[in-house]
Amino acid sequence: MPSPNGSQGKIMPRLSRRNLLHGLAAGSAAAALGAPNVFGQAQPNLVIIGGGFAGASCARAIRHEDPAIRVTLVEPSVQYTACPFSNEVIAGLRDLTAQQFGYDGLRRAGIEVVHQAAAGVEPAARRVRLLDGTELTYDRLVVAPGVDLRFDAIPGYSETVVEAMPHAWKAGNQTLLLRRQLEAMDDGGVVVIASPANPFRCPPGPYERASLIAHYLKTRKPRSKLIILDAKDQFSKQRLFEAAWQELYPGLIEWVSLSFGGRVSEIEPTTKTLVTEFGRQKADVANVIPPQRAGAVAAVAGVADQTGWCPIDPVTFESRLQPGIHVIGDAAIGGAMPKSAFAANGQAKACAAALVSLLRGRPPAEPKLINTCYSLVAPDYGISIAGVYRPKDGLLAEVEGAGGTSPLDASTSVRAAEAAYADSWFRTITGEVFA
Amino acid sequence: MPGRGSDFARRALLWGAVLLGGMSVAPASAQAPAGARACSGCHAPAAAAMPVPSLEGRPVESIVADMRAFRSGERPATVMDRIAKGFSDEETRAIAEWLAGKDHAAPQP
Repeated sequence: MPSPNGSQGKIMPRLSRRNLLHGLAAGSAAAALGAPNVFGQAQPNLVIIGGGFAGASCARAIRHEDPAIRVTLVEPSVQYTACPFSNEVIAGLRDLTAQQFGYDGLRRAGIEVVHQAAAGVEPAARRVRLLDGTELTYDRLVVAPGVDLRFDAIPGYSETVVEAMPHAWKAGNQTLLLRRQLEAMDDGGVVVIASPANPFRCPPGPYERASLIAHYLKTRKPRSKLIILDAKDQFSKQRLFEAAWQELYPGLIEWVSLSFGGRVSEIEPTTKTLVTEFGRQKADVANVIPPQRAGAVAAVAGVADQTGWCPIDPVTFESRLQPGIHVIGDAAIGGAMPKSAFAANGQAKACAAALVSLLRGRPPAEPKLINTCYSLVAPDYGISIAGVYRPKDGLLAEVEGAGGTSPLDASTSVRAAEAAYADSWFRTITGEVFA
Repeated sequence: MPGRGSDFARRALLWGAVLLGGMSVAPASAQAPAGARACSGCHAPAAAAMPVPSLEGRPVESIVADMRAFRSGERPATVMDRIAKGFSDEETRAIAEWLAGKDHAAPQP
């Protein structure tokens, strides 16, 4: 294999960002001067906004499939902090550094990474404006902004409340804050997790978190209690979680469903009190996971609908609202696929294949996608849910007869194997995307 | 503007090289059958030595047979039984052949 730097040298002779932007300007000047159109086909421009599992995977997949396509990744953070396994960090089982990845691997693959926020998108001009005022032109744009938290969704909740009552739903400082609060809590304390209604990032996440916090409490602060206030009556892998809680943490976890008054209707941050329709729950540690919507840039690009999420074509992931813009990962809604890192990675690869076809003037092929989500109930106790998906009636539909959850009666060795596979999956996917 | 012309010519040459290079790469990988790209989410290259076995260098017939055994329940599994049920024999074979071809196409060190 030629060295990545070598191939980058051929395509973009050591372009700094300024040079790249200059190059783009020169490109449009060339078009205006009537330069042969073949140049445009030889090196199509793809801009990707968002460097998480979806955006970074898509950039890698494009470069892998067609190194002649110029890929610019727009991501403000110089370091990505991955959410999967961050519940282990909260429970003191893992360091946050194990969650953190840089973008040098993407650069080595010939991707131009621009650490800027996207401030504007002009779909008609096919142009992205960055916060510092520079502009990037594109032939196609991929929007992969993940989720934003809806600070306005619960009365009393706000962006400043998260210091007292962390969400820890975007991994990083919030993850460490929740961990420190648990460490500081006295034995006998009450931990409350407020879980939102669907759809939201990582459907089994709140329950994995409850499990691993329970593991911490059982081993370190056994007189404590954990209450989940839920805006739902059902949740992902529910029977498996509940069976495991009964087996591993009897009496420690209490799940309050929507029907039993679990929906949090108001928050009183000064006393860490969560108000529900049926009563008030005071917490020593309160982890409020608020409702979510697609990351803000989705609205800026005009690809989010009134639900706050982005409807897409299930074959190409092209926005239903803006031609030429594709949406992948947690921000997209297109049927049955859950909002997971695995799904984001799979959608990114399928979208990359469609993009290469579209940019090369070929019809995109129908994809088939897989999702596998592992959850840890304890460090050596893993459970999973899987699904296979295909486009059907304009949506991504589950392939019938496939998928499902781990068996309820699995042996401890199967649970241990699934915990090991979860770890293997994380190392594999982060290797594929960031190494 | 001095130098503009030669810069432009250089750029054109580079793009020409890229066009040829791109043509030799794109068509082969563009034919990945449905679902084939999903495998690498869990199955790493052999060099990574992960608990989940690598698919690198696996004969087509062995992948097809394993998937069939996962699907029928003949071979115990944690998650592959649930995933295999989403793929027919034909789809599995196409994926296995693509994976095998990908290995052969990979440059040798």
